Amino acid sequence: MPLSETPSAVARPRLRAGDRVFAGLSTGAGLLILFVLAGVAAFLLVEAWPALTAPPEEVPGGRGVALYVWPLLFGTALSAVFALLIAAPLAVTIALFVTYYAPRALAQGLGYLIDLLAAVPSIIYGLWGFTVLAPATVGPSGWLADNLGFIPLFAGPVSATGRTMLVAILVLAVMILPIITAVVREAFRQVPRLHEEAARALGATQWEMLRMAVLPFGRSAIIGASMLGLGRALGETMAVTIVLSVSGGVTVNLISSGNPSTIAADIALQFPESTGLAVNTLIASGLVLFAVTFAVNMAARTVINRRSEFSGAN
Amino acid sequence: MSVPTRTERESDLTLTEAAPVRRTLPPWAPYAALAVAIAVGGTVTLAGVSAGLGAVLTVVLYVACVVTVSRLVEGPRKAKDRAVTTVVTSAFLLALAPLISVLATVISRGTARMDVEFFTFSMRGVVGEGGGVYHAITGTLMITGLATLISVPVGMLCGVYLVEYAKGRLATVITFFVDVMTGIPSIVAGLFAYALFALILGPGVRMGLMGAVALSVLMIPVVVRSTEEMLKLVPNELREAAYALAVPKWRMILKVVIPTALAGIATGVTLAIARVIGETAPLLVTVGITQSVNLNPFDGRMATLPVSAYYQYVNPGVPPDPSLDRAWSAALLLIIIVMALNLVARLISHRFAPKSGG
Repeated sequence: MPLSETPSAVARPRLRAGDRVFAGLSTGAGLLILFVLAGVAAFLLVEAWPALTAPPEEVPGGRGVALYVWPLLFGTALSAVFALLIAAPLAVTIALFVTYYAPRALAQGLGYLIDLLAAVPSIIYGLWGFTVLAPATVGPSGWLADNLGFIPLFAGPVSATGRTMLVAILVLAVMILPIITAVVREAFRQVPRLHEEAARALGATQWEMLRMAVLPFGRSAIIGASMLGLGRALGETMAVTIVLSVSGGVTVNLISSGNPSTIAADIALQFPESTGLAVNTLIASGLVLFAVTFAVNMAARTVINRRSEFSGAN
Repeated sequence: MSVPTRTERESDLTLTEAAPVRRTLPPWAPYAALAVAIAVGGTVTLAGVSAGLGAVLTVVLYVACVVTVSRLVEGPRKAKDRAVTTVVTSAFLLALAPLISVLATVISRGTARMDVEFFTFSMRGVVGEGGGVYHAITGTLMITGLATLISVPVGMLCGVYLVEYAKGRLATVITFFVDVMTGIPSIVAGLFAYALFALILGPGVRMGLMGAVALSVLMIPVVVRSTEEMLKLVPNELREAAYALAVPKWRMILKVVIPTALAGIATGVTLAIARVIGETAPLLVTVGITQSVNLNPFDGRMATLPVSAYYQYVNPGVPPDPSLDRAWSAALLLIIIVMALNLVARLISHRFAPKSGG
């Protein structure tokens, strides 16, 4: 079969030195990503090891690493979950507004405005939360404590400065809003046009069309995006560091002055002045934060990727 | 034949007239309701209730008004639709409120120290008034520049690998972990850089390079993603044309693929810089703060704009005002830089966007 041999012999590429070097370099860069991620875990573990193996009374707080990290982990989860509960519904409605309600000509500009929220550095959110938002919440917090005080979240007594968990949650919600909106918008943009038109052809109002055609299609993107937002909120540092007045207790009371800190904020507050075993302890808490955010992000990406496999595009 | 047809038509006509006619509200009706609601809300606000409560009252009143009228005239489905429209629109306006408030606060507080001394003096030996952020500007530029020098080659090569070389499982795994890497908390990136350098150079080490490494961890995935997206947009015909001219693959990538996608990649890199230039937490644990100019990123602490704004704010002197003014001005400078970078990125992508067709 000389005919079939000849073309394959011609088509087989000659490996040039330049090709090898370039292929090697770019493959190396790809593998470097994996090494860096593994390295983050490995180096943090190595530096955290002295604290993990130290006798409990030598760790700051005097009761071991686990009891040092636990209240911080509680504060981290509390602030992130409530921030998500505020931000996720808002982000979905904003994505709906930009995609389906805003005038066509303005839609892109309005979407860009929301993206600008993500461009503001977190330290500026911290300064803003401290100066503007915290004083503004003192009055409403008092009202909450008076009228809804039977709910443990609003038990009070109300903090006089407003540097409460509630303000931290609100700032976090603002900060994770743009990332959730962006992912959900991307999903809404991929909704098959025929589904929308079919719903409209059946006489559906705009809202019925959204509920029948758009929201079911975007559901897993909404879940994935929310988890991405949760990951951001868990790891957000400076805004919480500046806004929150910390006393270290474990409480769900959002409006009092006795707030649990978060892992990230605790590291930012303590690290610059720490030496010796205190540094190792802080790195151990950083390792916990890394593990939690890593798990949340992996789950989020898995959910988002699963959707793209079943999207109308293929 | 024609007689029954006519009667049918007539009966149709009468049926339509007898059935409840689907009426719709005139297009000006929602605006009228809005005007009424704003008038009431505004009056209440002027009468001494807080502005936030006035706004809430306006929205509630508007929804109640429109929904009730629409329900009476148009039926429950249309009423629900109008209610949702209002909720969705006000959610968007609600999200704009913090943006406007943040910008207004930073601009009004930050202009106090936008003077020559602020840009040309460091904080060395400054107590009370005066001083500036010259040391922090140089530090931020050097550290961000170093981070860009590390991230751009690595990120672009990784993007090239994913689009041009990768096949099968490894590519899927790397793409997945690049996405996961974008979610690493910035403080963890800082701790990573600290742990890395502490292992090599001993604990307590601080230098500019550490900050650059920490920022690279945050920057690389952004560069990879934008490179990947842009390379995917390069039409395959260009690659095939190059192959047909017996161009080796690496020259094809360097001379054809990357130049075609360069504008998009530049946009991505600019956005990545904008993302990391305002990062505080990773620099706080790796670079620290100093009061003087340090132009050597391989030795000792350096000041950066976000970190110096942070310390000016948490450790103000007595009286605190000069320090707070410096913090707000540094914040304003930072926000101007970030917005300018975003604008530049938009301009690049707009100016050099691949022309479709033609």
